[in-house]
Amino acid sequence: MSNPGPMIEVRGLTKRFGTQEVLRGIDLDVARGEVVAIIGPSGSGKTTLLRCLNYLEQPSAGRIRIGDVVVDADDPPKRKRQATHALRLRVSMVFQSFNLFPHRTALGNVIEGPVVVKGEARDKAVSRAAALLAKVGLGNKADEYPGRLSGGQQQRVAIARALAMEPDVILFDEPTSALDPELVAEVLAVIRDLAGEHRTMVIVTHEMSFARDVADRALFMADGAIVEQGEAAALFRAPKSERTRQFLQKFLRENGASDRF
Amino acid sequence: MPEPFLLIWRSLPQMLIGAGYTIELSVGGMIFGLAIGFIVAMMRISPVGPLERIARAYVSFIRGTPLLVQLFIIYYGLAQYGLRLNPIPAALIGFSLNVGGYTSETIRAAIGSIERGQWEAAYSIGMSTAQAMRRVVIPQAARVALPSLGNTFISLVKDTALAATIQVPELFRQAQLITARTFQVFTMYLMAAVLYWIISSVLAYGQERMERQAALPGRAA
Repeated sequence: MSNPGPMIEVRGLTKRFGTQEVLRGIDLDVARGEVVAIIGPSGSGKTTLLRCLNYLEQPSAGRIRIGDVVVDADDPPKRKRQATHALRLRVSMVFQSFNLFPHRTALGNVIEGPVVVKGEARDKAVSRAAALLAKVGLGNKADEYPGRLSGGQQQRVAIARALAMEPDVILFDEPTSALDPELVAEVLAVIRDLAGEHRTMVIVTHEMSFARDVADRALFMADGAIVEQGEAAALFRAPKSERTRQFLQKFLRENGASDRF
Repeated sequence: MPEPFLLIWRSLPQMLIGAGYTIELSVGGMIFGLAIGFIVAMMRISPVGPLERIARAYVSFIRGTPLLVQLFIIYYGLAQYGLRLNPIPAALIGFSLNVGGYTSETIRAAIGSIERGQWEAAYSIGMSTAQAMRRVVIPQAARVALPSLGNTFISLVKDTALAATIQVPELFRQAQLITARTFQVFTMYLMAAVLYWIISSVLAYGQERMERQAALPGRAA
């Protein structure tokens, strides 16, 4: 990676669904190794922003640079297709509903990208995948199909699958929202470990205390714009904007007992 | 041996030859039909307007006209314009086109039933649309489509009896020929029915086994 400056650079990112503007010209830099948490009410555009970062959602306007890959919404279709592919090789995503491939074992899920997309030798991919599964605490589940795994285990396999691509950036889209409460901790622990390795990560989450503890920086979004951002601990302790304050207070009221804060 | 049983015994070799043609037409029609069905399904899904419309018209025609009429067009109709097909190729073409029309809808629906998240997961690890289709969507869609495709296959076995009307020497045709000679109408048609029944039952058993084998652990089959 020769490009100096931030790992992720977003300029003027706009997304419209019909006449509704879901993202209103977002500017965002994420430094190499930085962990950014995005919080905000549902419908604030935080998931759309995340999905635009690997072009699962096509932005209506704006430019995204990740590492040395640049995609502009105004690029001609062919160039955009190539850039999108290059972008996705640099960026992995962990989905709210895991989206494991149900017809492949845990190991099969993890090696799929390296072998099929990157053309990595199968035995090398298998040994890396085994190591990654061990890393997320599932070394003994390599041959298990997703249907036989708990939600927390599935999400950890999904994280291993994301890591197998050796991405520069990992995106997490509410990675624990679909989990039973007792399974949330095991997934958060894995993400916490990754944060400790100084990987560049962007995490959309409703786990406020997790965001505060793990993220370097927190972003509060509402109505398609970044309302406030800053050092995570500071933003949660003393939000500057009234909007952020209200959101956090409301959140605390509703989840106060379960979310130590 | 009583008269009917003697007839059955003596007819068996000829009837089995007919059954051979029946199986040949069924297997051939299913294989080519699946290939056509897959292509037509891809055309239906494709964003290219004309392709989509052609596929739609094709399916509508196949499903909206009797198979018997389709066979007559291919065998007798085309002959009028100099395209004289032998009975077996004509039947094979007819059955393949027919199966293609029906299975294309099954395949299209099965592909459509795969959640968007599967596509997104495939794209997120850098797969192209073709790779996502081949590695992620088709293997799952095939499991969804399997029961319905099996039923189409079993229907096809029974529909091949229509080939008797275009001179194909298949099972039903053989029964007709023996009947014309012996006038043992009931015995011979019953014998044909039993042979169809045996073929269908074997296929149904095979289908059940395949479904069980293809079932994914931890998921309801």
